[in-house]
Amino acid sequence: MAWFKRKDKGIQTTTEEKKDTPKGLWYKSPTGKIIDTKELEQNHYVSPEDGYHVRIGSKEYFEILFDDNQFEELNADLSSKDPLKFVDTKKYPDRLKAAHKKTHLKDAVRTAVGKSMGKDLVIACMDFAFIGGSMGSVVGEKIARAADYSLKNNIPFMIISKSGGARMMEAALSLMQLAKTSAKLAQLAEAKIPYISLCTDPTTGGTTASFAMLGDINIAEPGALIGFAGPRVVRDTTGKELPEGFQTSEFLLEHGFLDFITHRKNLKTQINLYLDLILNQPLRIA
Amino acid sequence: MEYLEFELPIKELEDQLQKCKLIGDESEIDVTETCKQIEEKLAETKKDIYKNLTAWQRVQLSRHPNRPYTLDYIKAICSESFLELHGDRNVKDDKAMIGGLGKIGDQTYMFVGQQKGFNTKTRQYRNFGMSNPEGYRKALRLMKSAEKFGIPVVTLVDTPGAYPGLEAEERGQGEAIARNILEMTRLKVPIITVIIGEGASGGALGIGVGDRVLMLENTWYSVISPESCSSILWRSWEYKEQAAEALKLTAKDMKRLKLVDQIVKEPVGGAHANKEKAYEAVKNAIEKNYEELKNLSPSDLVDQRMNKYAQMGVYKD
Repeated sequence: MAWFKRKDKGIQTTTEEKKDTPKGLWYKSPTGKIIDTKELEQNHYVSPEDGYHVRIGSKEYFEILFDDNQFEELNADLSSKDPLKFVDTKKYPDRLKAAHKKTHLKDAVRTAVGKSMGKDLVIACMDFAFIGGSMGSVVGEKIARAADYSLKNNIPFMIISKSGGARMMEAALSLMQLAKTSAKLAQLAEAKIPYISLCTDPTTGGTTASFAMLGDINIAEPGALIGFAGPRVVRDTTGKELPEGFQTSEFLLEHGFLDFITHRKNLKTQINLYLDLILNQPLRIA
Repeated sequence: MEYLEFELPIKELEDQLQKCKLIGDESEIDVTETCKQIEEKLAETKKDIYKNLTAWQRVQLSRHPNRPYTLDYIKAICSESFLELHGDRNVKDDKAMIGGLGKIGDQTYMFVGQQKGFNTKTRQYRNFGMSNPEGYRKALRLMKSAEKFGIPVVTLVDTPGAYPGLEAEERGQGEAIARNILEMTRLKVPIITVIIGEGASGGALGIGVGDRVLMLENTWYSVISPESCSSILWRSWEYKEQAAEALKLTAKDMKRLKLVDQIVKEPVGGAHANKEKAYEAVKNAIEKNYEELKNLSPSDLVDQRMNKYAQMGVYKD
């Protein structure tokens, strides 16, 4: 008998009985660091070893910024139409349905009012998961209405950008949302209500050509991609290799477009420190 | 501690004092009397030296390597409340010009100022306190933001001049300074300017138009640095002392010419000799002047400021 002959059968468990680790227990950051998802959540969705800021959505940002996750959502039911009967590889309404099914979101932005460190704040936060955070009529209208709410109630305004740009399926209707949202911000500025723009990964295209760059302060999370034309387009058009760190938050800070970069764990205190200073009210931080 | 040439007698006495104390510590000899004598002499010498500083000596003090710089003042004055803001929203964040919001007591101020470095590396990083056009545009952006929200502006001036570079010219150094001067004359919030070190020409005035312009005791402010003046008018760098006298660039002279409003006293030996005291003096000066300005209406404020500048100049009619 050959020495390698097995006497007993090795693995006895059948495939059906096999125990697998449940999905979503671990997160792997781009640099290859592995982290427990629970721990990630407690660390504001920032990988503790390499500081990588994981892409998160409105649900998580509201949780981070509003006290005890208490807020009132504004115009939650606004949803997209298909005015152009747009068809690419899919019909636009089908795409919307699919996005809704996947994300349970109505569109690519949610707007809400709540207390942050005890004072009112209106936040419009984009969701990249919904068709790449693209801005169509609904995004424009919800941001405009949220700004109106700020204006009417004299509450500081914040937009968290996370978007690939304008929504192609609404063509020029999307484009004009740049003008619509910018006009609203002009009204806020006239009323001297502070507006904070937070750029997160990614903030590109039409968002940078409108509200993302129009804050009384523009701030960003570390390492976010921020730019008008995407890096691939720039490379292909110019035929030049792009400098290292091109279009990162750090690149934008160096080139004068950001007031500062903030780690997500300091976000809440930093924006409220700014508001206390610019509104000349007592500091809420000790 | 670094000593300037005219401070050498002080260094000598301080060395003596130290030795004397050392002897006292290490042996049984009673040195208290000797130490006391040296201390008295030291105080006397200091008083003598700093009372009668020449213009050039003040220039040297204003550039003393241990002298506190803009961010030192702001951080000491505002401590935790200071929030630095960056960028001109155009081409670059100029490291030679810094700015941000901070509180003194209950009042928020927008601080703007040139920043120098404290060692070779940081001096280069700060471009020796010489701003590019983007620095002046950053300063203006911050001042406009302050105006929008009714926040008073404090500018701290410490620059050997605006940066004379190729790209600076391409991007419009002159235009940037000119724009700042014009906008500052009509800014609708109080502006308090403090010269904390060097005030060289347009590079200084580009953030230096204010309702109140204060000079620390050992600073200089003029149309050109004494060295450059010497090289242009005497065609040699050797006449800087004479040039410094001729330019009337000290705080006292500037006050007498009614080009600045107040002199802020420095600790004996200069701001670097007792930094805490210097910070305190600047803080008090800012608060006191703001108290006097805060109740003016924006239009009165601007009128007064414009009138003040309209008065400057000496001529025969």
